[in-house]
Amino acid sequence: MNWLHHLIVLPILLPLVTAAVLIPVDERNRTLKGVLGFASTIAVFFAGVILMRAAATSGDGDSGAIVYLLGNWPAPFGIVLVLDRLSALMLVLTSVLALATQVFSMSKWHRAGHHFHSLVQLMLAGLNGAFLTGDLFNLFVFFEMMLAASYGLLLHGSGPMRVKAGLHYIAVNLAASSLFLIGVSMIYGATGTLNMADLALRIGTIGPESRMLMEAGAALLGIAFLVKAGMWPLGFWLPAAYSAATPPVAAIFAILTKVGVYILLRLSLLLFGSDAGNSAGFGQSILLYGGLLTIGFGAIGVLASQAMGRLAGYCVLVSSGTLIAAIGLGNGAVIGGALFYLVSSTLTICALFLLIELVERARDAGADVLAVTMEAYGDIDENEEEREVSVAVPGTVAVLGLCFSACAILLSGLPPLSGFLAKFAMLHGLFNPDSFGGDAPVSGAEWTYTALLILSGLAAMIAMNRVGIRTFWTSIEGTIPRVFLIEIAPVLMLLAVCAFLSLQAGSAMRYMDATAKALAEPQNYIGRVMSAPRAGPTGGD
Amino acid sequence: MELVLSAGIGVLTASGVWLLFRPRTYQVIIGLSLLSYAVNLFIFGMGRLRVNAPPLLEPGGTGGLLTHTDPIPQALVLTAIVIGFAMTALFLVVLLASRGFTGTDHVDGRE
Repeated sequence: MNWLHHLIVLPILLPLVTAAVLIPVDERNRTLKGVLGFASTIAVFFAGVILMRAAATSGDGDSGAIVYLLGNWPAPFGIVLVLDRLSALMLVLTSVLALATQVFSMSKWHRAGHHFHSLVQLMLAGLNGAFLTGDLFNLFVFFEMMLAASYGLLLHGSGPMRVKAGLHYIAVNLAASSLFLIGVSMIYGATGTLNMADLALRIGTIGPESRMLMEAGAALLGIAFLVKAGMWPLGFWLPAAYSAATPPVAAIFAILTKVGVYILLRLSLLLFGSDAGNSAGFGQSILLYGGLLTIGFGAIGVLASQAMGRLAGYCVLVSSGTLIAAIGLGNGAVIGGALFYLVSSTLTICALFLLIELVERARDAGADVLAVTMEAYGDIDENEEEREVSVAVPGTVAVLGLCFSACAILLSGLPPLSGFLAKFAMLHGLFNPDSFGGDAPVSGAEWTYTALLILSGLAAMIAMNRVGIRTFWTSIEGTIPRVFLIEIAPVLMLLAVCAFLSLQAGSAMRYMDATAKALAEPQNYIGRVMSAPRAGPTGGD
Repeated sequence: MELVLSAGIGVLTASGVWLLFRPRTYQVIIGLSLLSYAVNLFIFGMGRLRVNAPPLLEPGGTGGLLTHTDPIPQALVLTAIVIGFAMTALFLVVLLASRGFTGTDHVDGRE
């Protein structure tokens, strides 16, 4: 038990304490609150990076799992935190997103309501807890914590639109939470344990009368997570909620759907792997076809959206559909690419939500001026257009435009950025499963997946092109949006992380493949959890 | 006892789900509350029904499956009750805010 062990609780405790400290601070000291929150997130980020390095340095075939016994009781009886490659990756991704949105909010959005920074910290604590916990019921508690904070954040800024979207969002999630609880208790009733590793051990051996109960519980649990991940037909609430939220909130919500995906990935590979006896591969076809339908629905939504906020909302659906279907394919080689895609697409969507607000600031001003000009001078525009052919693009618009095209390239999966590499890695895994020991022929569902992956990229490209042309190439001279450095810097930072991922794609993919391998062979993870030694003077007996 | 409990859970769930699909916010919140009662009873039932069996050990006493009941579902129910209560209170606030903004209690903000 060294300091590295204790570092595991930091991503939960530090945001929790920071949130509590920030609540009594007067709202007029917003900048102080923002700086404290930012400092806490920075600390969590570095803790995440250290933990990720610790998990990554473990050998091949080793899950790198570090187990922390919270009450110092051995694993199936006490509750545990487990850090492995996947949870470390999610921790770092979450804190990167939180850093970007916190900086962005400090220009003006945190003034739109009370306790913005406290709520962000609470949500971070819930998210990190959900990624670290090794216990189903604690997962529910952290999930609720994250959701409670997200309700507050969605309502941040108030107004009829947000309250209406918030009402629907809360009702849907409360109903989903009820299903979550029913699922958890059915699994407990059937197997007598809530520890994920212990559950994985028992699933293969339970009798047929309990198996049905356990599978029904797992299915209900799956529905709760699929509501969160936005799978069709459970995700109709998503675009409305995301486009109604204030931009920094929508940006950090990009990670919320990924929590559902994360848990589906973890549980389906841990519980329903090859050791699960008759339950092996349970629910995979639902995930596969549901994911495919989600990609299709999302792509149509992307094409049909007029407002940019809704477009980004449907991009979230496409991204989670791609990931859900990748889990449903049940092919370890695809999972590696899918994890890379998860990171790349989450960063991109976060950047897009932030960018939309900056861009729309310009467009609204431009549209207003255009309307006035049209009223006053009739169709005088035609002559002007010819004069403006070689007009210089203002610096701000150029930067915004470049960021926007980078987002478009990332979303549609064009080279040279990480969106392309992610899709390439998934397709490579799909057609070359040899490195994972399989040589089955490519099935119809896999062909459909390939086609949808490429077509959804095309849909994103078309929609982003249309919006980009309408926004950047029709701007009238003199309506440059006022953008502050602390607003554009987070967008640039997120895109720079994507660019860094593309440059370091080799080592990033090695990490993702090792993660996928460890997930596909969970025996090491289970062993680590079940044999975790107790600390202190009574340890070892 | 089993029959009474399962019928109770069934009736609560059915009423809860029916109310959840109603168009008034007040009906929705009552539906969600009924649903959470049903879920709490369900969790309790998953620890198996036992009469006269305490979930805790007496000081100095020894326990076993014959004399004691499973304490974990009872602890889970407690957590679920607290969280459900907090969420209902929060939903109530949003409901009132929506009513204040739109002047109607329809879930879509218009009739």
